[in-house]
Amino acid sequence: MNWISIGSLSDIPRRGARCVATPEGKVAVFRTQDDQVYAIDDHCPHRGGPLSQGIVHGTAVTCPLHNWVISLETGKALGADEGAVRTIPVKIDGERLFIALEALASRAA
Amino acid sequence: MTEKLVIIGNGMAPGRMLEHLLEKAPDRYQVTIFNAEPRVNYDRIMLSPVLSGEKAYEEIIIHGDGWYIKHGITLYKGHKIVAIDRQAKTVTSDHGVTEPYDKLVIATGSVPFIIPVPGHNLPGVLTYRDLDDVRAMMLAAQSRAKAVVIGGGLLGLEAAAGLNAQGMDVTVLHVMPTLMERQLDPAAGYLLQRAVEERGIKVITKANTQAITGNGKVEQVELADGTIIPATLVVMAVGIRPNAAIAKEAGIAINRGIVVDAGMRSNDPDIYAIGECAEVNGMVYGLVAPLYEMARVAASQLAGDGAAAFVHSDTPTKLKVTGIELFSLGDFADGDDRQEIVLRDASAGVYKRLVLKDDRIIGTVLYGETADGAWFNDLKKKQTDISEMRDTLIFGQSYQGGAPLDPMAAVAALPDDAEICGCNGVCKSKITTAITAKGLTSLDDVRAHTKASASCGSCTGLVEKLMVLTIGDTYNPAAVQPMCSCTTLGHDEVRRLIKAKHLKTIPAVMQELEWQTSCGCAKCRPALNYYLVCDWPDDYADDYQSRFINERVHANIQKDGTYSVVPRMWGGVTNAAELRAIADVVDKFEIPMVKVTGGQRIDMLGIRKEDLPAVWADLGQAGFVSGHAYAKGLRTVKTCVGSDWCRFGTQDSTGLGIRIEKFMWGSWTPAKVKMAVSGCPRNCAEATCKDVGVICVDSGYEIHFAGAAGLDIKGTEVLGLVKTEDEALEHIVALTQMYREQGRYLERIYKWAKRIGIPEIKRQIMDDGDKRKAYYDRFIFSQKFAQVDPWSERVSGKDKHEFRPMASVGFAQAAE
Repeated sequence: MNWISIGSLSDIPRRGARCVATPEGKVAVFRTQDDQVYAIDDHCPHRGGPLSQGIVHGTAVTCPLHNWVISLETGKALGADEGAVRTIPVKIDGERLFIALEALASRAA
Repeated sequence: MTEKLVIIGNGMAPGRMLEHLLEKAPDRYQVTIFNAEPRVNYDRIMLSPVLSGEKAYEEIIIHGDGWYIKHGITLYKGHKIVAIDRQAKTVTSDHGVTEPYDKLVIATGSVPFIIPVPGHNLPGVLTYRDLDDVRAMMLAAQSRAKAVVIGGGLLGLEAAAGLNAQGMDVTVLHVMPTLMERQLDPAAGYLLQRAVEERGIKVITKANTQAITGNGKVEQVELADGTIIPATLVVMAVGIRPNAAIAKEAGIAINRGIVVDAGMRSNDPDIYAIGECAEVNGMVYGLVAPLYEMARVAASQLAGDGAAAFVHSDTPTKLKVTGIELFSLGDFADGDDRQEIVLRDASAGVYKRLVLKDDRIIGTVLYGETADGAWFNDLKKKQTDISEMRDTLIFGQSYQGGAPLDPMAAVAALPDDAEICGCNGVCKSKITTAITAKGLTSLDDVRAHTKASASCGSCTGLVEKLMVLTIGDTYNPAAVQPMCSCTTLGHDEVRRLIKAKHLKTIPAVMQELEWQTSCGCAKCRPALNYYLVCDWPDDYADDYQSRFINERVHANIQKDGTYSVVPRMWGGVTNAAELRAIADVVDKFEIPMVKVTGGQRIDMLGIRKEDLPAVWADLGQAGFVSGHAYAKGLRTVKTCVGSDWCRFGTQDSTGLGIRIEKFMWGSWTPAKVKMAVSGCPRNCAEATCKDVGVICVDSGYEIHFAGAAGLDIKGTEVLGLVKTEDEALEHIVALTQMYREQGRYLERIYKWAKRIGIPEIKRQIMDDGDKRKAYYDRFIFSQKFAQVDPWSERVSGKDKHEFRPMASVGFAQAAE
C-alpha cells in the first residue's frame, strides 16, 4: 500500500476531525476519545454533508446537516438509515499518521 | 401518461389514501389537493389532547410540508372548492384556481350540526371540529370564565374535559337522560357522569336548550324549564352531518352523504368519495377505522384494483379523557333473543356488560377497567362460541383455562391476528414481527414502522405490553422520556442531579449518572454542555467538541458545506461605515448572496470555511462582532423607530432594544431567543410573536413572552406592565435566567412556559421581588464569562485547526 503522511495525532482534537484535501475530494480523519484514528470520505451518503464537521461519539459521527449517524469503522449509516461512505485505511506510526488512497496508489503505479 | 388526481379535502382519510396510493402506484398520478383549512394534514382525533394542553399542534401533524414536496404533491392550503364542472372535468376554488382532473376524490368530511335555537349565531358560540375551533376555545379559556358545552356525547365530553383542564368552569347540557347513550347503557352512563362530575364539571341531563342570549355576545344559556346558566363560551357538540353540498351542486347522487358503491365510486365513474362525507351501503361513518378502510379501498381502486371493496365492521369507541377508562362495541340494546352478563364493582367504579346472542358476543360495554376490550372484540369478530367459558367470561381472558394472573398474560394469550390498533387495523403479529425483524426498541419506532398507536393513542398500553413481551425488560415504558438512548434519565432529572451532586464536567456527569455509552451521542452531549455552562459559569470549561458545528465555528453551515455570517447590528440599526465595510467584504471574498433577515440583520451566504477568520478580521476592523445567528442564545432584538422618529411612538423603543441587546448578548440559552421592542401598540416590531417582547405604552412597558412564529404560531402572554426602562430590563433578564435554569435543551420559551405554567412564571418574576433579583444577579454573574466576542478570539488564532485542512495530498507535485 502507498502510505501518505498527513500529519500527527495531536493535529486532531479528541472527539474531533480534520480534513485532508485530495484530488478525489476531502477525506475526513477522525480521532476518538481513546485515540483511535479513522478516515472516511467527507461526504455523507444522505445529502453530501461534511461529516468532518459533525459531533464525534464512540466510533461514530453524526452528520451536521440531517443527523445521520455514520460508523467510523465501517462507513455505514447506523440506525434506521441506509447508506455508506468509503473508508480509507489509516496507519499510526508513533505520533505520525498515514492514509492509503487506492486511486492515488494506482496512479503512482 | 400521468393522470391528474384531484382531491378535495385534506383530512385523515385522504391522507391515508395517498400513503396507500404512493405505495401501490407511485408514478401513476399527478396529485393536487385543495384544503379549505390553511394547513397540512393533522390527526384530528388528537384535538382533544391539544385542547386539554397535553399535546401541542406540531405533535399531531401527520404529513408536514416536506412530505408533500417529497412526493411532488401540490397542496393548496386555505382553498375551498366552490364548483365541480363534470363536463369539463375541472374544479374551481374560492381563490379562483381551476384545476382539471382525470379522477376526483371528494373528502370534504362533515359539518357540525348547529341547533337552530335563537342566539346560535352570537359571537362566543363555537363548534368543535378543527384546529381553529380548538384555538378559539383555548383563547376563550384564558378568561377562566364559564363555559357551556351542549352535547354529552364523545365529542362534547372531550371538549368539556379540555376546557376544564384549561381552567374554565364548565357545564355540560345533554338532552338525553344519560351521557353517551349511543355508546353506553344507562348504568355505564351513570358511572361516567359521576366521574365527570368528580372533575368539577357540572352535568345537566334532560336539558333542552331553548335560547342563547346576550348583548352582542354570549352571556347565558336558557333551558326550556327556565334554568339560566351564565356562560361566555358555548360549544355545540351535538353531532355531525356529512358535508356533501359541493357534490350535490354538481349533480352527484347524494342521500345522507355522497352515495358510493363498495369501491368508493359515486354515480360519476371518475368521482370517488371517502371519509365522513361518503355513504356506503346506507351507512355513514365518523370513527377513524372505517374511514381508513375507505382510504385503503379507494387507493386500491385508483391503483387499478377493481376488486377492492369496503366491508362494514363494528368499531370500538373509546373516550379520550385522561383518567376515564371506557370501551364500547357493537349492539347492546335489550331484546328477547339476547342475554347479558354483568359485573359491577361499585366501590372500584367498575362496570362490565356483555350482550350475547346464540352464545356469541354481539355487544360489550366496559367501564373503569378496559384491558379485556381487545379480547372481547376478537371473540365478537370471530363469532366464537363462548358457551364453554360462559361462567368466567366476564372476568376476562386471564381467568380462562386456569391461566396465571399475570398482567401480561392477557396480552400474551391474544391470538396473532387479534386487532391491537383499531384506528389503523394493526394486528398483534404485525407488531411483534416488526419489533423482532427490525429490532425496534421504542414506542416511536413501533409507531413509525407499523402505525399502531399512531392515531388516537388509546392502544398505547397494549402496544407497550407487546413490546415488553417481545423484547423483555430492554423496553422500559418509563413515564419520563429519557434525554437520549445513552441514559434512562430525563432532562429535568439530569439538571437536578448536576446541581445536587456538583457535577462539573461531561465525563463526571456520565460517570455519576451511569451513562450507557462511552462518550454520549450527538443528542445528549450538546445538552449536557449547555447545562454545565449555565449552572457553573465560572468553573466549567466549555467543551467545544460537544457543540454543534455552528456553535463551534460561529457561523451557520449551509446545505453545500459553506457558511453564512451575520454580524451584530444592535437593535437593527446600522450606518454608512458599517454598510461600506460589509460591501467591501462581499467584494473581496466574492460572497455570492447577501440577504436581509427577519430579525433586521444582514446575512452573507456562501462563505468558504477557510475564509471565515479573514472575513471576521475585516468585519472586526469596522467594529462588528458576532451576531450569534447560529447560537442557542440571544439572537436579535428587533426594534421600531420609536419616539425618536415616529409620530405614534410612546417610548424610545430603539434605545431600549439596543440596551437589552448590549446587556444580554453572548448568553447561552436552552434554545434560540428572539426579542423585539415596539414603540406603541401598533407593534411594528412584531413583538407579540417573539420569545420575549416589549410593547411600549404611555404608562410604561408591557412585557410579553412565550410567543412563537415558526413551526407553531402563537401570540405572546403578558408578563406584566412596568413603569421604567430599568425595571423592564430587570424583569426581562430575570425571566430569561429563569428559563436558562429550567428549560430543557432545545425547548423554546413558549414550550417551557407551557410546561411550568404562566401563573407560576408571573408569580416568580412579577410578584416575588427577591426571586427576581436573585435571577437577575445570577444572569449578570454568568455574563462576566460569556460576553467575549468569539470572532475576534478566532481572528487572534483560537481554534486555528477548525478552519484549515490538516494536509493536502496527491495534487500536482505528488502525481508528477
